[in-house]
Amino acid sequence: MKRLLVYLKPYWKMVILAPLLMVIEVVCDLSQPTLLAKIVDDGIAKGDIDLIIRTGLLMVGVAFIGMIGGVGCTIASSIASQGFGADLRSAVFRKIQSFSFSNLDRFKPSTLITRLTNDITQLQQLVLMSLRIVVRAPLLFLGGILMAVSINSRLSTILFIAIPLQIIAFLYLMKKGFPLFTIMQQKIDRVNAVIRENLAGIRVVKAFVREDMEKSRFNSANEDLMNTSIRAFMPIITLMPFIMLVMNLSVVAVLWFGGLLVARENMHVGEIMAFINYLTQILFSLMMIGNIFIFISRASASAKRVSEVLDTEVDIENPANPDTNPITEGEVIFEDVSFSYDGTGEDPVLEDVSFTAYPGETVAIIGTTGSGKSTLVSLIPRLYDVTRGRILIDGRDVREIDIDILRSSISIVLQETILFSGTIKENILWGNEFATDEEVIEIAKIAQAHDFIMSFPDGYDTQIGQRGVDLSGGQKQRIAIARALIKKPVILILDDCTSAVDLATERRILRGLKSISRCTTFIIAQRISTVMNADKILVLDDGRLIAQGTHSELLVTCPIYQDIYKSQIGEEAVIDA
Amino acid sequence: MPDRREERPAVHNPGFRGGPGGPHSMFSKVKPEDPLGTLKRLWGYIKQYRLRFFLIFIIVFVTALLSLINPYLIGRAIDQYIIPKDFKGLFSLIVLMISIHIANSLFIWLQGYLNITTVQKIVLQLRKDLFGKLQSLPLRFFDSSQHGDLMSRLTNDIDTVNMSLNTSITQVFSSIVTLTGTLLVMLRLSPMLTLISMATIPFTLLVTSFISRHTREYFFSNQTILGKLNGLIEENISGLKVVKVFSRERKEIERFGNINRELREVGTKAQIYSGVMGPLMNVLNNLSFALIAGFGGWFTVQNIITVGTIASFITYSRQFTRPINELANQFNMLQSAMASAERVFKVMDESPEPADLPDAVELKDVKGDVEFRNVCFSYKEGVPVLKNVTFHAKPGQTIALVGPTGAGKTTMVNLLTRFYDVDSGSILIDGIDIRRIKRSCLRSLLGIVLQDTYLFSDSVKENIRYGRLSATDEEVKMAARLAHAEHFILRLPHGYDTVLSDGGENLSQGQRQLLAIARAILADPAILILDEATSNIDTRTEKYIQAAMLNLMEGRTSFVIAHRLSTIRNADMILVINDGEIIERGTHRELLEKKGFYYNLYMSQFAAEVEGVTKTG
Repeated sequence: MKRLLVYLKPYWKMVILAPLLMVIEVVCDLSQPTLLAKIVDDGIAKGDIDLIIRTGLLMVGVAFIGMIGGVGCTIASSIASQGFGADLRSAVFRKIQSFSFSNLDRFKPSTLITRLTNDITQLQQLVLMSLRIVVRAPLLFLGGILMAVSINSRLSTILFIAIPLQIIAFLYLMKKGFPLFTIMQQKIDRVNAVIRENLAGIRVVKAFVREDMEKSRFNSANEDLMNTSIRAFMPIITLMPFIMLVMNLSVVAVLWFGGLLVARENMHVGEIMAFINYLTQILFSLMMIGNIFIFISRASASAKRVSEVLDTEVDIENPANPDTNPITEGEVIFEDVSFSYDGTGEDPVLEDVSFTAYPGETVAIIGTTGSGKSTLVSLIPRLYDVTRGRILIDGRDVREIDIDILRSSISIVLQETILFSGTIKENILWGNEFATDEEVIEIAKIAQAHDFIMSFPDGYDTQIGQRGVDLSGGQKQRIAIARALIKKPVILILDDCTSAVDLATERRILRGLKSISRCTTFIIAQRISTVMNADKILVLDDGRLIAQGTHSELLVTCPIYQDIYKSQIGEEAVIDA
Repeated sequence: MPDRREERPAVHNPGFRGGPGGPHSMFSKVKPEDPLGTLKRLWGYIKQYRLRFFLIFIIVFVTALLSLINPYLIGRAIDQYIIPKDFKGLFSLIVLMISIHIANSLFIWLQGYLNITTVQKIVLQLRKDLFGKLQSLPLRFFDSSQHGDLMSRLTNDIDTVNMSLNTSITQVFSSIVTLTGTLLVMLRLSPMLTLISMATIPFTLLVTSFISRHTREYFFSNQTILGKLNGLIEENISGLKVVKVFSRERKEIERFGNINRELREVGTKAQIYSGVMGPLMNVLNNLSFALIAGFGGWFTVQNIITVGTIASFITYSRQFTRPINELANQFNMLQSAMASAERVFKVMDESPEPADLPDAVELKDVKGDVEFRNVCFSYKEGVPVLKNVTFHAKPGQTIALVGPTGAGKTTMVNLLTRFYDVDSGSILIDGIDIRRIKRSCLRSLLGIVLQDTYLFSDSVKENIRYGRLSATDEEVKMAARLAHAEHFILRLPHGYDTVLSDGGENLSQGQRQLLAIARAILADPAILILDEATSNIDTRTEKYIQAAMLNLMEGRTSFVIAHRLSTIRNADMILVINDGEIIERGTHRELLEKKGFYYNLYMSQFAAEVEGVTKTG
């Protein structure tokens, strides 16, 4: 948690001011019962009206000063905590933006989102609480004890019975109650999971007529949740009355023993009243302290998660003296490239891959799942760095080229299509914000997206994402392709991104591609018909480049390629021909 | 005497949280449309526990009264016993107080116990009914509503109802009791002092309403902005690889920074407004405290009232403002709870899938003869998806459905399974209109293997068993073998017992489809519907799928939404569908000779493949 304190530094004035102001408020609060006692014992008992009025006015004055302290503390702590939260959020967001792909592989998106949202809110709340209650509660507690003891030390013995009782009750709650809440949360998650599954898989449920089975599955999760909830709440339900009882009995004890002391002239009546006041204050502040402990223990888990993000070492950064010359030709050479995700060279995903893609060539890559196709292409724009060997673009090692120049010269359409909320046009413009409308349309036509885009009432201004239209997989892929093409890349990488597009459309896309640019193109595909027209086909198997050549060459020389061919076109196709 | 502020240890209810900044926090302005109707329906759930609720109310009433007596007794102890030094009297009073406190605590415990057990049962029923309702709804409902929203109704909304049943109702009641009780006692103690202490109440109301108005406003915009920010974060992080590929990091940081700044400004204001309430209330309370002390002191000197009266009066006057605040808060809570309940009941009001006809039959020994007769269908009125579709599939035949995306192939599947019902025309199985077959029977006749199949977060074994619940482990394994799925299942960490997560995300699409095939094999349907994967499946897995599908299709009437040349060639009949109509039908050879739509489709899609063959062959 210490590591995060840096983000409080810009607000150090507020951080100091807030507790000071809180001290003022607490002191004012604490003095009220004493002033009241004075009215009762000196004013009323002696019939001194003047004193009563003066003390009354003093109380009003003290109340106002207390208010200034309280309001001031609120303002200062709000500024500090919100500033802290915003700065920390910004720092974590920036850090995540700088993550490399291998950093990203280590964190699941959902945990990164939680860290950025809930966890930071939690910490922000902790700062706010710290600046207010963390000061207030112990001050009220200690001040209360001090005042109580100063009123009557013998009566204070009651405190030393009541306080431990409260603490024991609280510890019991922590130990017994809170683990139950964790279990309850798990049961809640379980219920939610069943619901989510049934929403997502409703077709399957209905197709197999499993409605009743799902209902009983849900009901058992539901009942489980109910029973756990009841069990989780029981300790609290039991302890709250107990804590109240301790408090009330302490007051009764004060009355009894205080009464005895008054009888022996060791104490004034007003002091009993003041003592009762302080007693309740002490016991309440004790509960607040307990709350703070719960809060801190929760927040420290958050702090750990946030720090973990901030402490992650980013493994791909711009070189110290980047080569800022533009990439013009698009020649790509792999020289004995090996790669493993952990960077150690063990368990290699690629082994000693060497090939050359000449400017303007189309290179297709084919192979089974896990053979390393996607990995191979992701090394080109430095989404990962090679473990051994090197990759040259236009004769320069990619690790020496300025990373912005490198990536803006390469367009890669990833296997998983992700579009962003906004209009279709905005999504295409992601590739190049300065593209004109005509360019957008032209590119969309090449990506075979224009026709379906125009079939929407709002055309290119159609909203997509959560609040907009639902696009089919193939439509999304075509927009993603348009987004990549509008960048006018020197090197284009299509990572199995036409899987949901029918063959005819795919063929038109690939033909269109050739017509507009002479960029070097890498295509990963599963369909033989997609790859057979490429200038060069790389056949990968288990991370090794086992063959390269044209379609007709490979049909003769490469058994694996033949195999793939047969399974897709069918034996009879060969006989037919 | 209670503390001035409401700093009680809050019981943190982990509860359902619909993600960051869920759709309706207690600050959002949600108002029920028909509170009375909603209340009536809620009553339907509460009714059977009315005795328990009645008991709860009585206990709340009693405990509120007992808490009210306490300050009065303290005053009496001081006035009547401590000052006159009457210890015998004091002792009996103290014994009384102790018994009252013990009784009070017991009552509070009992109330808590009754409350939690009753409310949890009500919520259980509510959740159960809603889920049961969902299961009965037609697919049209799921296709046309957002899952996130449904999810939130089942979780957040029910939780809001839960919370308010749990606390709000009793709180409101106890606040009202305390408020009236306090006022009565204060009046009895000293009408003059009551009047004086009332002097600050208008201020209290003014301050409360002013601040809470602003607080609500700022918290509302705070929630909105937070929602916006969380939306951006979610999108950015799930798409971060794309962001990086397009070097958009700086742009994203800028976008984030703007909203973050906005959030900070509004957040600070919201926090200040809500935080200021405490000190302001405090000063008003202290003011009335001082007023009472001052005037009370003066009255005592005049012998109008006693010291003990002041002591108890101060306590009461402090108790007076709290229920007012409480009532205002609870009112908001209740309002949003009603709105939530309304959203829940709206789902319950959706009309379910129409019930089976009274004379609906249970088919036995189905041959698998399927006929579409003049079937017309549209999802939206005026936008026909299928127009006058007629064809006849004889038992055991394989029918390939071919045509461009959106032509209506999937819709035919939806109609055959009665996920949707035809607008006109009819579909017959073995000569019987499917609307006259029991829905459960119809669906178990059909086996569906979609290209993207949903799997449940359960073990592989149980996912396959979903096809036939009574299947033994051996049968499950046999089905997996026939589906060519066993080889990959055995390589999973725990084999058949490997638990799939997130709908099977840890499997590849091809593997998921193999499991779906195994599931269908186990179900042993008379009629099959297969949605061939377009691609994305590596060649090795694809081979398995092909072989598995052949196993599955044997001896069954099969409809295949086909993408593979080999499948299409082997079909007994190809239906070429375009724009909701069957425009051509026949075998591969017949259709090629026709040189029509199919011929063109074939030439553009597969010609190259054949060319390739010619070159080398």
